[in-house]
Amino acid sequence: MTANGAPTGLTQGSTTRGGIGESTLRPDGVLKVTGEFAYASDMWHEDMLWGQILRSTVAHAEIVSIDTSEALATAGVYAVMTYDDLPTDVRHYGLEIRDTPVLAHGKVRHHGEPVAIVAADHPETARRAAAKIRVEYRELPLVTDEASATAPDAVLVHEHRTDHHSGHVPHPNIVHRQPIVRGDADAAAGRADVIVEGDYCFGMQDQAFLGPESGLAVPGEDGGVDLYIATQWLHSDLRQIAPVLGLPEDKVRMTLSGVGGAFGGREDLSMQIHACLLALRTGKPVKIVYNRFESFFGHVHRHPARLHYEHGATRDGRLTHVKCRIVLDGGAYASASPAVVGNAASLSVGPYVCEDVDIEALALYSNNPPCGAMRGFGAVQACFAYEAQMDKVAAELGLDPVEFRRINAMEQGTLMPTGQRVDSPAPVAELLRRVKAMPMPPERQWESSEGADVRQLPGGLSNTTHGEGVVRGVGYAVGIKNVGFSEGFDDYSTARVRLEVAGGRPVVTVHTAMAEVGQGGVTVHAQIARTELGVAEVTIRPADTQVGSAGSTSASRQTYVTGGAVRNACELVREKVLEIGRRRLGPYHPAWATAELLLEGGKVVTDGGEVLADLVDVLEDEVVEVEEEWRHRPTEPFDPRTGQGNGHVQYSFAAHRAVVEVDTELGLVKVIELACAQDVGKALNPLSVVGQIQGGTVQGLGIAVMEEIVVDPVTAKVRNPSFTDYLLPTILDTPALPVDVLELADDHAPYGLRGVGEAPTLSSTPAVLAAIRDATGLALDRTPVRPEHLTGTAADQDPPGGARNVTPSAPPGALTKSHTARGT
Amino acid sequence: MRVNLTVNGRPQEADDVWEGESLLYVLRERMGLPGSKNACEQGECGSCTVRLDCVPVCSCLVAAGQAEGREVVTVEGLAEYARQRAEGGATGARGATGVRGGESASLDAARRWQARGTDSQTGENIELAPVQQAFIEAGAVQCGFCTPGLLVAADELLEHHPDPTDEDIREALSGNLCRCTGYEKIMDAVRLAAARRSEGAGA
Repeated sequence: MTANGAPTGLTQGSTTRGGIGESTLRPDGVLKVTGEFAYASDMWHEDMLWGQILRSTVAHAEIVSIDTSEALATAGVYAVMTYDDLPTDVRHYGLEIRDTPVLAHGKVRHHGEPVAIVAADHPETARRAAAKIRVEYRELPLVTDEASATAPDAVLVHEHRTDHHSGHVPHPNIVHRQPIVRGDADAAAGRADVIVEGDYCFGMQDQAFLGPESGLAVPGEDGGVDLYIATQWLHSDLRQIAPVLGLPEDKVRMTLSGVGGAFGGREDLSMQIHACLLALRTGKPVKIVYNRFESFFGHVHRHPARLHYEHGATRDGRLTHVKCRIVLDGGAYASASPAVVGNAASLSVGPYVCEDVDIEALALYSNNPPCGAMRGFGAVQACFAYEAQMDKVAAELGLDPVEFRRINAMEQGTLMPTGQRVDSPAPVAELLRRVKAMPMPPERQWESSEGADVRQLPGGLSNTTHGEGVVRGVGYAVGIKNVGFSEGFDDYSTARVRLEVAGGRPVVTVHTAMAEVGQGGVTVHAQIARTELGVAEVTIRPADTQVGSAGSTSASRQTYVTGGAVRNACELVREKVLEIGRRRLGPYHPAWATAELLLEGGKVVTDGGEVLADLVDVLEDEVVEVEEEWRHRPTEPFDPRTGQGNGHVQYSFAAHRAVVEVDTELGLVKVIELACAQDVGKALNPLSVVGQIQGGTVQGLGIAVMEEIVVDPVTAKVRNPSFTDYLLPTILDTPALPVDVLELADDHAPYGLRGVGEAPTLSSTPAVLAAIRDATGLALDRTPVRPEHLTGTAADQDPPGGARNVTPSAPPGALTKSHTARGT
Repeated sequence: MRVNLTVNGRPQEADDVWEGESLLYVLRERMGLPGSKNACEQGECGSCTVRLDCVPVCSCLVAAGQAEGREVVTVEGLAEYARQRAEGGATGARGATGVRGGESASLDAARRWQARGTDSQTGENIELAPVQQAFIEAGAVQCGFCTPGLLVAADELLEHHPDPTDEDIREALSGNLCRCTGYEKIMDAVRLAAARRSEGAGA
């Protein structure tokens, strides 16, 4: 009995054409529109049990006792496990620092931490049994912000750190700290005609992928386990799972099941180990599916941040220096915090020329929810602040904000604050020019022949205005994001490509472990194979651990790196095919030896276009298969004191123009249009590229005006873990999204492509904020902006002690004061 | 308890249904129809949208018992439902209200969506509802988790409102969250399906 819903290969080609550069349709599209595509939560197995996780109800506490007896005695319950039931001494996991307990041991460090797991024959039985587990907690003082983390008597979130960052951080409650010092910012400040300081506050965003964490673990007859799972990186999961189970990696057979979005939230493990543990304990297949409430606790979030910036400029509009300090709250476990710090620091100045910088970025350990990877990864928080600063400086200088950016825009050859030279196109000024040149949406666009269409006004169908008190604003922003894993990480991918004759025609099979999370990697892999091998019919095999690692579907890297690996493997296959051809057919035509040979249309052709042979005749029954790793250029770590180093592989750039209309009486914002211009190097699939840009843009819109996980500053508990209380942009909140795609090749990258997915999430948020500032004249130094920030009522609504974990909009400087006064 | 209902035109029964089970759970876990998705289970995201006696509902908010004796259409049955509607027989569209003009005239249009290929493993030879075809072609599908609910909602919109304005589309789909696309290509897909339909109707 195999698992129901296990993925099969995706074959396209008998009717689908399309090499790179074409908008080939998704090979999984039909399955997805007919409901046939099996997501991890759709997996089913005969005799399957359901797993449930019991999570901590408090943020920081000693566990005095756990009593599972009543849960175990419940009819239908097959197993209850706690820390004491773990099979080996490896009881922690983590992406970089293995600080996360599989199940809590003696202590919980954040609200919602897994404490015990249950397997039962019905999900409701499992839920009710979990609720019968009695856990006695003795609460501990909380670390909730920088002040409480680094106070002289601060409670340590992790008491005995031995990780490789612990030696260089100034305090054990700091996960990692990265300074970047270049030039002499203090001396440069002396040359400035204007100096602008600002304090900014960035709320905690959730990835809110729609398919909750889920998977199915099936125990094997060999003592191993088969895990069908929605993840971003199978092999990273495998390295963390196998030691906890006490199994060799080849006995943990992982297959990617359908993934309902990711956005960074599936980089860390969620229910993987728990499902495997229960399956191995009970000898039965175990499925775990989080509901939305649990999903909010089941993955890391985007780091909330406090940022202090100082920018200086001369009267003619040139930046003299930038100083900044970025404090990210990493929450209870490290997750990707060290890498997020590296990104925030190295990208903190934005896409601008500035020789003299003094930068510090750090991530705290706290008892807030753990934070880690989310689309934009450290660059998003920085971009929100530096773009607000650029507007402020422009205003001080009396310059147009786009013109001020243009004057300072970096270009190919510019040195980053890290000293790295940007050695591919950096069309920052051009992107701004393009986005500004797009036609503006008409004024009073809500007016129709029948009066105001309230659906196009702030407040929408709430019918709160027919245009009275509505003010328009326009804002611009531009950002810079790195592509690929950085700081010396061995960032590679593996592809296995096979070419053979089947059914009388040549067919290609591509096998990688790349996690298709919706981005369209499977589409692009087939396009690459068609382009390189000239074969229409391509099968994409399910991603699993039977092939080498593809690295993570993160950091805008998969088309670059796994796409590069597929191309590389195809090239090797082509060479082998041509070798076979030369051996078999070379004697019959001199061009086999003398001409440059290509594979096109199922044939071997010369570069002059002469057909030498059909692939079918070249191959006959021979199967050509290659599996090969592929790497991009190596990177270097940043120097721990100066931050200097060629830390990044590639940079990507996007610019936005936001047009908003604000009902200034009620503080309601409607984004009317959010236009984007982005350089993608080469659009391998233009339809998918535009989809990525629009999707990323709207996630940035969400940060600007809607989305925030609210953590109670007194209890460190999450207050809004649902789609009722955590507001995601709906189709009504989302405007027209015109996109202008620029293609300036990066000669270092496959086909000249540039990673696409993240850059649009950066500049979207500050563009919307700039537009709201333009409409209202308010300073607005935090995000998301809520109605109370626009109506001057925010301070009154925030009682002492704080109703939320972030300080509302206030004049620059006030943030620090209220932060200190809170003294949590 | 036992629950009897008609799903995608077929009588179905489920035994041993616990009183607290939702229609969504029964469809997914007891009837082998996991196309309807479980993204929030509190009626906020629309991923579980099905037609219940023609009315679009969040099946996560319908107790299974409430569906007793009623007709359900899920994404798995959407193509057949659209086909029957286009042919005017529309047993599946029983009780549908609103603008019905051009229904029979769109038959030709419906035929044009038929399979243009034989790529079996991707299902490219499957006959699709016009709105399903449009979602694929317009790039409205990324991760696809929201897609089943959106398709049911968009198909219902076009059934009643063959030529919707952008504001009509946004209003009709406002109960369906999508996290991947930013909605623009979903707008494109519904516009495309509507345009083809009116083209077909006028032909």
